[in-house]
Formats: sequence, C-alpha cells, structure tokens
Amino acid sequence: MDEDEISSSLFTLLIIWQTRRFLDTKNRVPQWDWWLKNYWFINVALIGLSTVTDEDFPLRLIWLIALGMVGYTVHLLSPNQAARTAFLAVAPFMVLMSVFKVIEDLFPKFAKTYDNFIDSAVSFSLIWLVAFLIVASRQKKALIKLEQEREIEAAERRKIEARKQELEYLVAQRTAEITSQKEELEQALTELKATQNQLIHSEKMASLGELTAGIAHEIQNPLNFVNNFAEVSVELIDEIADEHHKPNPDPQLTDELLTDLRQNLQKISQHGSRASSIVRGMLQHSRASSGQREPTDLNALCEEYLRLAYHGLRAKDKTFNASFSAELDASLGLVTVVPQDLGRVLLNLYTNAFYAVQSRQKAEQGQTSSYQPTVTVTTECVGNEVRIRVRDNGVGMPESILTKIFQPFFTTKPTGEGTGLGLSLSYDIITKGHGGTIEVKSREGEGTEFIIELPA
Amino acid sequence: MKILVVDDEPDVKDLFEQRFRREVRNGEFELAFANSGEEAITYLSSRPSEVVLILSDINMPGMSGFELLRHIRADFNAPPPPVVMMITAYGDPESQQQAATLGANDFLTKPLDFTVLKEKLRTIA
Repeated sequence: MDEDEISSSLFTLLIIWQTRRFLDTKNRVPQWDWWLKNYWFINVALIGLSTVTDEDFPLRLIWLIALGMVGYTVHLLSPNQAARTAFLAVAPFMVLMSVFKVIEDLFPKFAKTYDNFIDSAVSFSLIWLVAFLIVASRQKKALIKLEQEREIEAAERRKIEARKQELEYLVAQRTAEITSQKEELEQALTELKATQNQLIHSEKMASLGELTAGIAHEIQNPLNFVNNFAEVSVELIDEIADEHHKPNPDPQLTDELLTDLRQNLQKISQHGSRASSIVRGMLQHSRASSGQREPTDLNALCEEYLRLAYHGLRAKDKTFNASFSAELDASLGLVTVVPQDLGRVLLNLYTNAFYAVQSRQKAEQGQTSSYQPTVTVTTECVGNEVRIRVRDNGVGMPESILTKIFQPFFTTKPTGEGTGLGLSLSYDIITKGHGGTIEVKSREGEGTEFIIELPA
Repeated sequence: MKILVVDDEPDVKDLFEQRFRREVRNGEFELAFANSGEEAITYLSSRPSEVVLILSDINMPGMSGFELLRHIRADFNAPPPPVVMMITAYGDPESQQQAATLGANDFLTKPLDFTVLKEKLRTIA
C-alpha cells in the first residue's frame, strides 16, 4: 500500500461524502443513505484486508464499490437531472482509476509504456469531472429554484383551496338563507293569492253594494205598478158588480171595464216578472260565477245592467241626472257567454261611464253650458263577432292614464271609492274568460269609449 | 181641469187613466201625458195656459223634473201660473228643498197615494 492508494481511498471518501451532500440523500433516500454514511467503514475494512493479505486487489475494489454506490444512488434518484449529470461527471474518472489500477497490476509493462497516455486520460477525466460538476451544480440550483417555485405554487394552491372552502361554506350559508327566503316568499305568495281571491270577492260585493240602491229602485218601481194596478182592478170589479146590479145594465161599459181589467192583470204579471228578473239578476251577480258559458240574451243583459248602474249612482247622488240609451242590434240573438261575468264587466264600464259624466257635470256646474250627460251602450254583429260599445261624453282620460287603466289596483278615484280592480278583472274576464278583446279610446274633455269584441 | 202628467214610465198613463176614470168620465179632470221633460215642453208650447196642473217625475233620462220645473217657471208662468207637483221615488229632504226653491207647489213621493192625491187635486179645482 502506497500514498497513491491512500489518496485513492480518501478520494473515494470525498466523492461519497460530496455525493451525499450534493444529492441530499439523507432526506431523499434515507435508507440508502445509511450505506453511504457508513462507506468509510467499508473503505477501512478493504484497506485492512489489503494490509492483512498483502494483496492490492481489495484496494482495487474501493473504486468499483464507490462507483457502484454512486451509480446506485443516481439510479435511485434517476429522474433528477442534476444527479445524472453528477454521475456523468464522476463516472469516467472513477472507471479510469479502477481500470488503470487493474491494468497496472496485471500488465505493468503495458502500463509503463502507456503511462503518458494513462496520465493524460486521468487528467482529461478530471477536467471532465470538474466541468460536469459545474454543470450539475447549476442544474441542482435550477432544480432547487424550480422546487421552490413549486412550493410557492403549492402554498398558493393551499391558500386557494382554503379560500375555496371558505367560499363553499359561504355559498352553503347563502343557499340556506336563499332557501329560507324562498320559502318565506312562497308563503307570502300563497297568502297574497288568498288575499287576491278575497279582494276579487270584495270587489264583487262592492259592485253589488253599488247595485243595491239601483236594484231597490228598480224593484220598487214595478212593485208600485203591481200594487196600483191591483187596487185599480178591485175598483173595476166593484164597478162591474154595481153595473151588474143595475136594473138596466150598460153592456158596452161592462165590456170596457172587463177589457181594462184584463189589461191590468197583464200589466201586473208584466211588472211582477220585471221585478223577479231583477232579483234573479242580483242573485246571479252575487253568486260565485260558475264559469259556465250559456246562451245569453246579450241585449237584455246590456240594458238591464245599464238601468241598474244608473239608478245605483242616482241613489247615491240625488242631484245626478243623465240620459242613457241602448242601441241594440236585434239580429244578435243568443250569444254564448258567462252571464254573471259579463254582467260584472258591463256594470263596471257603466259605473265608470256614469262617474265620468257626473265628474264633468260637476266641473261644468255654474257655467252656462248646455252639457247633457249621456251614456250609450251599442251592440252590433260584425262578421263572426259581437261588438259591445259603451260610450260616454264625460271627462275623458289623458294618454298617461289610458295605458294604465287595466292594471290591477290602478284607480283615479279617491281612496275608498274604487278598489282599482274593476277594469283589471274586466280585462281578465273578456280576454281570458271569453277569448275576446277589450279596448279603450278616450279624449280628454270629450268622452271615453270602451269596445268589447267577443267571438260569437 | 187639465192635468199634464210627466213620467218616463209608459204605464203611468194607463194607471192614471184608470185611477181617474170616474173623474175623467164626469169631465172633472182632463188628463194629458208626456214621456219626458222635452215632450212636456213641446206640449206646453202648443197649448199655452191650457194646463192648470202639472205632475212631474223628477228622475228622468234627459231633462230632469227640476229642469222642467225651471223651464215652466221661466217660460210658461203666465197668470194664472200652473200648479206644479213634483213626484219622486227618492223622498230626501235635499230634493224636497230644491223643488220648493225652484217653485214647486207640492212634493209627492212614490208610491203615490191616489186618495190623498185626489183630495189635493179637488182643493185646487
């Protein structure tokens, strides 16, 4: 054993130690690192063996074993570019060292002859080693940088993940809030629907209230006739009886009295049925609509409700007076509609019309104008359609109001006087209920006209 | 005595004719009828100062009873001025007050009590 061998042994120790440090085997391959750490023990054991046996062979193994261990380490860390470069750096030198030692041992003459060549090869491999170590070190730095970047990225990702979870929690919380709000809204909607139904009902009742006075008047009138004609008839019978008991009765007078009596009885029955038809109409109006369409005498319906609306308003305002007329198309015949519903629409339009003429009358009171409040209903048959027009010469409406009148709760009347539902319900009844159309034309200060068209 | 009855109900004519049949037959009363205020004015203009008594409904389409009364007091009031009685289904004090202000001689409410009416007419006649 010579200096050369000792330096070889130290060299390998240095290489192994540098390998451990450079490749960080302690952390990356901790199990294998134990072997690397204890390489010095193998080294010492081989030197010891060489000394004891006085053979150089075990010393030659030092390079091979070191080469193998470095190779194996690099293999374990194979994806690592720096590790491979490091191996590429040390491998030629280590191979050369072990091979040349063996050649020196086996063929000393050959070795002597090519001593220069071997020396330059070793020198070259050393330069190679240094150059590649520099490259490896650079690669290692790049790798470390890359890893750091990855770590930053990972940290960022963790942060994002945490934020995401936070957001997910928030979203869940919000969703729960929204769900409960949705339930509350649904509840509110159900309540609103119930309220709407109540409102529709009370609107109906309110319009019935408006009708009551008109109905009372309309019933009282025929009843007066019934009573009067009945009383007169009793008088007539008394007269006939008187005439009968006379010694020479006048048959012409008796005939005349009998004719009158027959006429009276006819009038009693006429006025009686007029009263009962009004009561029937009122009951029909207050009854929940069956929604059943039935053949209806539209002309009679239009006229009846016109009278009711007029007398209803009259009963409320004694000073009010207006002329109203019905221009009815006799060719209309029976039209299939829901009579209660259509009655409500008509009543509504009439009430509005009378309200409009009343307003104009009040506004023009005191002026020397010849204003004659007039409300007219017209029915006509146009092709396959029935057209009902309700016209008044009242105050009229500006464009801004015209566009809103069919909206629910829109009213121009003072609070408490209108529900604002009348026209919106009318619109629904005509369009949805009957598949018809309802239009309005109006000029401020001149009047308003509603036109209903129903498929016959 | 000529009486003009103004009412938009056509059956009022039959009713009055029968209620006053004896009086009409006796020649005590003579009845004339108009279905509206406008018609009443036309009738009055064609027969000036013939009509002694006018019975008029207040609530009529077109010209109301009050307007008719105003016209009568303005245009047909040649002496002796005709007696005007207003008849209404709504016997409220405001209407009664208004009728009196406009110069009505009496104010009757429907349903008419013909016995009372006859007595009133006789005192005028």
